[in-house]
Order: sequence, then structure tokens, then C-alpha cells
Amino acid sequence: MNAAYSETFFIEGGDFSRAGAAASRVKQILKEIGLDNRYIKRAVVIAYEAEINVVSYAQRGRLTLTVSPSRIEIVVEDEGPGIEDIELAMQEGYSTASDWIREMGFGAGMGLPNIRKNSDELKIDSRLGSGTKVTAEVRMEGPGAVP
Amino acid sequence: MRLREIVEALGLEVRSGGHLLDKEVKGGYASDLLSDVMAHAKAGDLWITLQVHLNIVAVATLNDLAGIVLVNGREPEEVTLRKAAEEGVVLMVSPLSTFEVVGRLYELGIRGGDGSS
Repeated sequence: MNAAYSETFFIEGGDFSRAGAAASRVKQILKEIGLDNRYIKRAVVIAYEAEINVVSYAQRGRLTLTVSPSRIEIVVEDEGPGIEDIELAMQEGYSTASDWIREMGFGAGMGLPNIRKNSDELKIDSRLGSGTKVTAEVRMEGPGAVP
Repeated sequence: MRLREIVEALGLEVRSGGHLLDKEVKGGYASDLLSDVMAHAKAGDLWITLQVHLNIVAVATLNDLAGIVLVNGREPEEVTLRKAAEEGVVLMVSPLSTFEVVGRLYELGIRGGDGSS
């Protein structure tokens, strides 16, 4: 596989009944491409956490998966409130989630830290009142990279 | 150890995926925080939780978990049950607490990870 494969999924804010659907598609595609499970696992955690953030906080968003021979890139862009203090949001345990989101076992302040732990490269751009864009990359090399 | 042996030993009631009890259980993870499970559970783990809403199904499939045990007699919500059946996720319920369920699993030889991954 030489050319990059790319696909975009839409995420509806507030709709927990469909939360995880984009991450499931990411997993399925990466499996079909035949990548090693350790890369898939990391990409799936990134996709899931970013998707849950859109569902929890934003009006809507989209996730774009791009797979090239040496890397998996996940870009999640949303129309939402933005993040006031990114550094604070990256701290484990910090969350602005509402009570009902927490009751479901989300909003434990682990989302962005989980994304960071699983990314080789991570960029977060956010504008208050406008939206957030998360760009995460998993690098692949050797056996298990794109066949 | 197969799921079937655990179901029998702990007297679990199977609510979905009853045809999948030959699945191998490789370990266990207990948590009610979904991100924590995403971060630490491994493929083949049995997940012990009190969460009964729809989103536990996606967490189980995304991580290739062996199944989910709902504790304290909590029943899966209707939508959770439907989704689990669709996705082939084994949902089981126990009247026991998380502490008791995990203790009995440990006695059966099921182990958790070191929390590193």
C-alpha cells in the first residue's frame, strides 16, 4: 500500500447512543488493512476518547482517519465550546463534565491523557466558543506496519 | 479458562451472548470508569462493573473483552441488551458485589494485569 487511505466519520454531539461508532469503524478499517494489533489498540483508544469528547461537549464533529505506510493519523475537529486551558485539560483527573456524564463512568479526566499516552505526536488547537481540533499520530515501523 | 466454567463456578446469569461461552478468559479487569477500562483492559479480559448503560458494549468490543459481569444484581438496560446481542458481547449478571466477584475469580486463577498498559 503506497497511497494514503483516508476516511471521514461524522459525530453527533450529545448522542451517547451512538458514541463509539466512529472508533469502531476505525478499528474495523485498521484490522482490514492488516496492521499489527499494538498499533490498532493505540489508534482505537485515541479515536474513542476523542469521539467521546465530541459527544460529551460539542454540538458536532468529524473524525478523519488517514493511514499511510508509516503512520496512522487521527484528526478530530468539532464545533463546540473549545477548551479554556489546554494544559489543565491534559492533567489526569481534571474534567468539566456534568454530573450525568460522570454517572455513566465518563468525565474522569482521563480522555486527553489517554490520547497523549497513545500518540507519538499530538497537537490540540482550540478556540473558545468555536471548537477544538485534535491531531494525533501513531507511527509504525517494522513488522505490523502497513503491508 | 473458558467463560462457561466461570459462569458455572460463580453462578452467573447470562443475559446475552449465551452461544459464546466457549470464549477464553485471559484475565480480568474491574472498573466503573470507561476511560480507565480503555486504558488498561486487555484483549480477552473479563470486565467487572456496575455500569449498565449502552456504552459498555462499545468498550467491550473495541477492546476485544471476553465479556462483562454486572454486579450488585444490576440488570442491563434494554438498549444495552439489544446492542450486546447485535455485537456478540457476553453480558452476565451477579447479585454479588465487585469485591466478591473479583475474589472468586482470583480463586479460580484469573489474574489482573499490573495496571501498566
